[in-house]
Amino acid sequence: MTTTVVQPPADERVATTGRLRRLLIRPEIGALFGAIVVLVFFSILSDTFRSADGVANWLDPASTLGIMAVAVGLLMIGGEFDLSAGVQTGTAALTVAILSTKYHVNVWLAILIALGLALAIGYFNGIVVTRTKLPSFIITLGTFLGLQGINLGLTKALTGTVLVSGLANEGGFTSAHFLFASSVKFGSHLFHVSIVWWILLTIAASYLLLRSRFGNWIFASGGDDLAARNVGVPADRTKIQLFMGVSVAAWLVGTIGVLRFNGVQASQGIGQELIYIVAAVIGGCLLTGGYGSVVGASLGALIFGMVSQGIVYVHWDNNWFKLFLGVMLLIAVLANTYLRRYAERSRR
Amino acid sequence: MTKTTAPLLEVRNISKFFGSVISLKDVSTVVRAGQVTCVLGDNGAGKSTFIKALAGVHEPDEGELLMDGAPLKLDSPRDALDRGIATVYQDLAMIPLMAIWRNFFLGSEPTKGWGPLRRFDVEKAKKITRSEMGDMGIDIRDPDQPVGTLSGGERQSVAIARAVHFGARLLILDEPTSALGVKQAGVVLRYIAQARDRGLGVIFITHNPHHAYPIGNRFLVLKRGRSLGDFAKSEISREELTRLMAGGAELEDLAHELHEGGVEEAAAELESEARELGV
Repeated sequence: MTTTVVQPPADERVATTGRLRRLLIRPEIGALFGAIVVLVFFSILSDTFRSADGVANWLDPASTLGIMAVAVGLLMIGGEFDLSAGVQTGTAALTVAILSTKYHVNVWLAILIALGLALAIGYFNGIVVTRTKLPSFIITLGTFLGLQGINLGLTKALTGTVLVSGLANEGGFTSAHFLFASSVKFGSHLFHVSIVWWILLTIAASYLLLRSRFGNWIFASGGDDLAARNVGVPADRTKIQLFMGVSVAAWLVGTIGVLRFNGVQASQGIGQELIYIVAAVIGGCLLTGGYGSVVGASLGALIFGMVSQGIVYVHWDNNWFKLFLGVMLLIAVLANTYLRRYAERSRR
Repeated sequence: MTKTTAPLLEVRNISKFFGSVISLKDVSTVVRAGQVTCVLGDNGAGKSTFIKALAGVHEPDEGELLMDGAPLKLDSPRDALDRGIATVYQDLAMIPLMAIWRNFFLGSEPTKGWGPLRRFDVEKAKKITRSEMGDMGIDIRDPDQPVGTLSGGERQSVAIARAVHFGARLLILDEPTSALGVKQAGVVLRYIAQARDRGLGVIFITHNPHHAYPIGNRFLVLKRGRSLGDFAKSEISREELTRLMAGGAELEDLAHELHEGGVEEAAAELESEARELGV
């Protein structure tokens, strides 16, 4: 049905929703504020932190974390969790490493096989969660433990060790290394190419969330999946695709790691899954789903990157990092809740 | 509309059984374009089953539906929607945290561009939301407002405007006024009148005869799955409708319950009310 659009006259009540309020209700505003505070703080305390090499240094951990936080953030907006996200980076890296070093499969083919495996794991997570209607927390905790066992057990059984390395001599390594793990010269300073992947992925995912039909379905599936289904949104399919998205992100991060370090530990990625979730929450993603931001999740990852390196530059004991994480998470959750209430109340 | 044109929807003696339970038995009514047919009944009267039979959720076990005079068989809610039968359920199928325009087009988003560049036409969605709501006489301050911040009546109006925009010819409203205060209920009744005046057929489900009588053209009263009658407005007065609905027998039962509980003055009041209704 086509409609002739009559532009209604400007409404004087719109003025009550001022610029400031519009800004405050954006989910990523807390993370942006936090990132600026952390940036200024460490820049004042340390010259190294604010130098170009320092920036390259703290953008690096932020980038791999950010790739994961973006995918995990989308999944959380879609109303689900994935506790197996961390261990899946290990699974992908180990698949590439073992196939190429032990079976001398071309590195590119190994990477493709790892991608297929990642998609299968994501599909498994998604289909089990949507079919059983059980909390994704429990289902993916099962996947997490299972994959942890497979990563360690199978690696040991196949290679006799828990450290697989030596990809550099295998066919296809050079070109794959260039795409996933090289460094880009920016002036006279080297920046890891993973930063480019991170930024591209953030832009693409944010566009997907805010400007596509699929994005609308993500919000709806997380907000109220029954209501979404009633108006014809394929909520189950949306969630399955989001789980697969997390797995693809884990594959990308695993591949970047194994190519950069020319090898991988069998325990790779374990424990990281909570950090992804924390980054997404700092970025304004609601734990209950239906609300959040991709850019925010990326900023959450940036905060992590800056703090993890900043603490080293100012010569503090690295153990304080965890305390910082905890405090940051609590502040973020409280700030998000408060700001959202404030925004909704003042818009009535 | 003359009596010779086939009605928009005709319901002929439909029944629905669930195992040994008779949910609906021999119920008939008609809905004409530009008119409101009210379906009244207490809890458990079969109103929900009736809606679901018309919305394509349940297929009636007996009887038939005719749309524009032709037999109608609905396979699914989607099928009903494609034929222009839109149902606005009590829970509204809206996501509180999402903006009005996102909710308005949820599941049927307009797109522009093609291939990988095919994207949600956000500008168009916002514009249409504003103008459709404006046509219903509702001035939304800001289409970016989350639906959760709207009042109950405003939410109903978004759902009704959405159904109208997506080409509904027959609008089924499931208890749209039941959870609302007097003023908000009045607002919703006005939207129902708007939809009717735009030429839609409306089925208005309610348990409140005072909401139904002013706006209805036809009244179907259900009780325990059976029809107590299907009346044109000229055939029934407000008092008769009220009596049918909250039948004198029920009032006396209620009075008896209150007697037992020792609430004498309330019981006496109910008894006199039952007498006034002429039972």
